[in-house]
Amino acid sequence: MTTADLSLEKHNADTLFRRKRLLGFAIPAVILVYLGYIFFAFDLPGLAQRANLQNAVTLASDSWSHKVHVTRNNRTGEVSYAVEGERKGTYPEGTRPDWVSGEEVITIDLGGDHIVRYLPENRTEIDIPDFPLIEVQAEGRSLLSNLPEDLPEWISASERRIGITTPEGRITLTGARTEVFNYFPGWELFWFTLDSPYHGKGFGEILFGERIDPERGNFAGALQDWWTNKMWRHQDVAWAIGETILMAFLGTMGAAILALPLAFLAAKRFSPLMLLRAATRRIFDFVRGVDALIWTVVLARAFGPGPLTGTLAILITDTGTFGKIFSEALENVDQKQIEGVESTGAKPLQRYRFGVIPQVVPVLLAQILYFLESNTRSATIIGAITGGGIGLMLTQAIQTQKDWEEVAYYIVLIILMVMFMDWFSGWLRGKLIGRKD
Amino acid sequence: MADVSLGGAPQNVAGIQSSYMAQVQRRRLYGGLTLLILVVLMVSGFNVADDRNAGGFWEGLHQIGDYPADVVSEAWAKRADLPGLIAKYFPALVETINIAAVSTLIGALAGLILSLLSTRGLAKWPRLIPLFRRFSDIMRAVPEIVIALVLIFVLGGGPVPAMIAIAIHTAGALGKLFSEVAENADLKPVEGLASTGATWSQRMLLGVLPQVAPNYVSYALLRFEINIRASAILGFVGAGGLGYELRNAMAWGPGRFDEAAAIFILLFGTIVFFDQLSSHYRNRLTEGQAQ
Repeated sequence: MTTADLSLEKHNADTLFRRKRLLGFAIPAVILVYLGYIFFAFDLPGLAQRANLQNAVTLASDSWSHKVHVTRNNRTGEVSYAVEGERKGTYPEGTRPDWVSGEEVITIDLGGDHIVRYLPENRTEIDIPDFPLIEVQAEGRSLLSNLPEDLPEWISASERRIGITTPEGRITLTGARTEVFNYFPGWELFWFTLDSPYHGKGFGEILFGERIDPERGNFAGALQDWWTNKMWRHQDVAWAIGETILMAFLGTMGAAILALPLAFLAAKRFSPLMLLRAATRRIFDFVRGVDALIWTVVLARAFGPGPLTGTLAILITDTGTFGKIFSEALENVDQKQIEGVESTGAKPLQRYRFGVIPQVVPVLLAQILYFLESNTRSATIIGAITGGGIGLMLTQAIQTQKDWEEVAYYIVLIILMVMFMDWFSGWLRGKLIGRKD
Repeated sequence: MADVSLGGAPQNVAGIQSSYMAQVQRRRLYGGLTLLILVVLMVSGFNVADDRNAGGFWEGLHQIGDYPADVVSEAWAKRADLPGLIAKYFPALVETINIAAVSTLIGALAGLILSLLSTRGLAKWPRLIPLFRRFSDIMRAVPEIVIALVLIFVLGGGPVPAMIAIAIHTAGALGKLFSEVAENADLKPVEGLASTGATWSQRMLLGVLPQVAPNYVSYALLRFEINIRASAILGFVGAGGLGYELRNAMAWGPGRFDEAAAIFILLFGTIVFFDQLSSHYRNRLTEGQAQ
C-alpha cells in the first residue's frame, strides 16, 4: 500500500467518523426538538390548570374506603342510614350503625371526639374539638347558624348550604336535609349486603357454625347471597369478564380459521395466479388498515351493541393480520418435505396436509396464542366502545364518577384477567409446541 | 424409527405395524377430541355472544353493508366538500400521530432501561431482576383504556392522558421484547469495557446498545404502528385526536356522514401509510443485520 492510498483511506475513515459523530448528535437533537414541539402542541403548561387535583384526591381516597350516610329529611324528620347513600346499601328498618345512638336526640359519633347531634325541630349541633359548638337551625329553605364571620377553610357556609369537612367525616346541611358522611377503610358490603342474614358473620361462622338462615344451608345460602350481591354485582362482573374473554377467543379463533385458507391464496408458492395473489393480499391490507375501531363502529350499526359485535370486529381485523403472517410463514416452508410427500403419490390436498401444515403449525399456533392474549386487552377496549364486557362496566363506573371502589375492583380484575390469559397462552404454547425460552 | 424403540421393540414386521397403527390411532383420537372441544367451544361461545348481543347475527348480517353504503353514498353526493373536510380534520390526525410517536419514544426509552435492568448478565442489580420483570409484566397487562380513563378524570380530556397510557403499555411490551434480544447479546464487549473501568451506563451504552440497536429500532417501529391504532381508539373514549372527532361525527348521524367518511379516509390512509413505511424500514434493518 502506498502512502497516497493510506491517506485516502484515512480521509475516508475520517469522513465516516465525522458523519457518525454528527448523526450521534443529530438524532438526540431532533428528538429533543420534537419533544419541545410536543410540549407546546399538547399544551403541557396549560395542563396544570386543567388538572383537577381534587379529583385525584377523591379517586385515591375513595378507591379503598367507603362512607356511610346518615341523612335527616328535614320535612318529615325521618333519619335514614345508607352505605354510600345508595338504596341497595340502606340499613333495614329498625337497624342502624353502632356509632349512632339516641331516640329523641340522635347522636352521631364520628370518632376523634367529633360528634353531631340531630335535635328535634330540625336543629343540629356539631361538636368539633378546638372549635366552638356549631348550632344550625333549618327553616324552610334557609339555614340559621351561629357560625362566626371569618370561617376556617374547612367550613363553607352560605344562607342555603353549609359544608364542613373534618378528618373524621363530612357534614352538609341544607334546608331540605342534613347529611353526615362517616368514612371507613375497606370495600363495604363486598361479601354481603345488609339485607342478607350472613352480613357481619365471619367465614368460620358461616362454614362451620350453626345454620343462620333456616331455609338454606349456610354454604349454599352464603354463596347465593354473595353471587347476587346488589351492591357489587358479582354475577354481572363475572359475566362481563366471560364476555370479554369470549370476544377475544372467538375473534382470534375465527380469524385463524378464516385466514388459513386465504393465506394459501396469498402465498407465492401455492397460488400461481398473480392476480389472485395480489387481490388476496390487498384484502388483507384493507381489513387490517380499516382497523378494529372503524370495524367496531360499522358493525355496531348492523348488529347493535354487545359481545358479538366486538367478536366480529376482532375477527375481521385479525383475519388480515393472520393472513399476512400465515402467508409469510407458508412462503418460508421447506420444499423438500413437500417433495417427499409427493414422491409417495400424494394428491395436492394430501401434500398440503402432510407436507406443509406440519411445518407451519408451530409458527401459526405461537401467533394465535400470542394474539389470544393481546386480544383480551383489545376486547376490553372494544367492549368500552361497542358496549359489552368488563370494558363497558369500567367505562360506566368511571363516567358516573361515584363508586371509585368499584372502579378499583374492575381494574384489579382486568389486570388479573389479562395476566391470567398471558399465563394461559404461554402454558398452552409450552404444551403444544414445546417451550422455546 | 423412534416409534419402534418406544413400543418395547417388537421384532417382527406385524408387531411393528400394529404398534405403529395403535399409536397413529391414539394420536388421531387425541387430535379429533381437541378439534371437537374447540368446535363445541366455538359454537356454544358464538351462541352465547349472539344471545347477549342487542341485535342477532343472522338479522344483522344483511344489514352489514347498510351503514357503509349510506356513508359512501352521502360522501359521494357531497364529494366536492371532501377535500375541505379532510383538511379540517388534518390537525386531529396530526394529534393522533403525535400521541403515538411521543408515547413510542417515551415507552421505548423506559422499555430500554427496564429491559437492561431485567436481563441476566446485564442487570445493574441482579437480585432485582424478578422485581423489574414483574413490573414490566404489570405495565404490559394494564389495557391502555384503564389508565386513559382514570387520567382523563384527573387531568381532563386531551392528548396527555392517552399519551401516558400508551407509553406505559409500550414500556411494558417493549421491555419484554427488548430483554429477549438483550439476552442474546455478546457479553465480550461488556467485559472489555468493564476491564477499562467503565461504569454500568457506559457499558450498556457502548457495549450492548450497538449490538441490539437494529432489533430495538425494528421493534419500536412495529410498536409505533400498533400505537397509531391505539391512539385512534383512545380518542374515541375522549382522549382527543381523530378518534374523538369520529365519535362526534358519529353522534351527529345522517346528514353528517360526509364528515365520518373524511375521518375514515384519513384514518385508513394513515394506518396503511405507516404500516408500509415501518415494514419497509424494518425489512431494511433486519436485512442489514443478516449481512
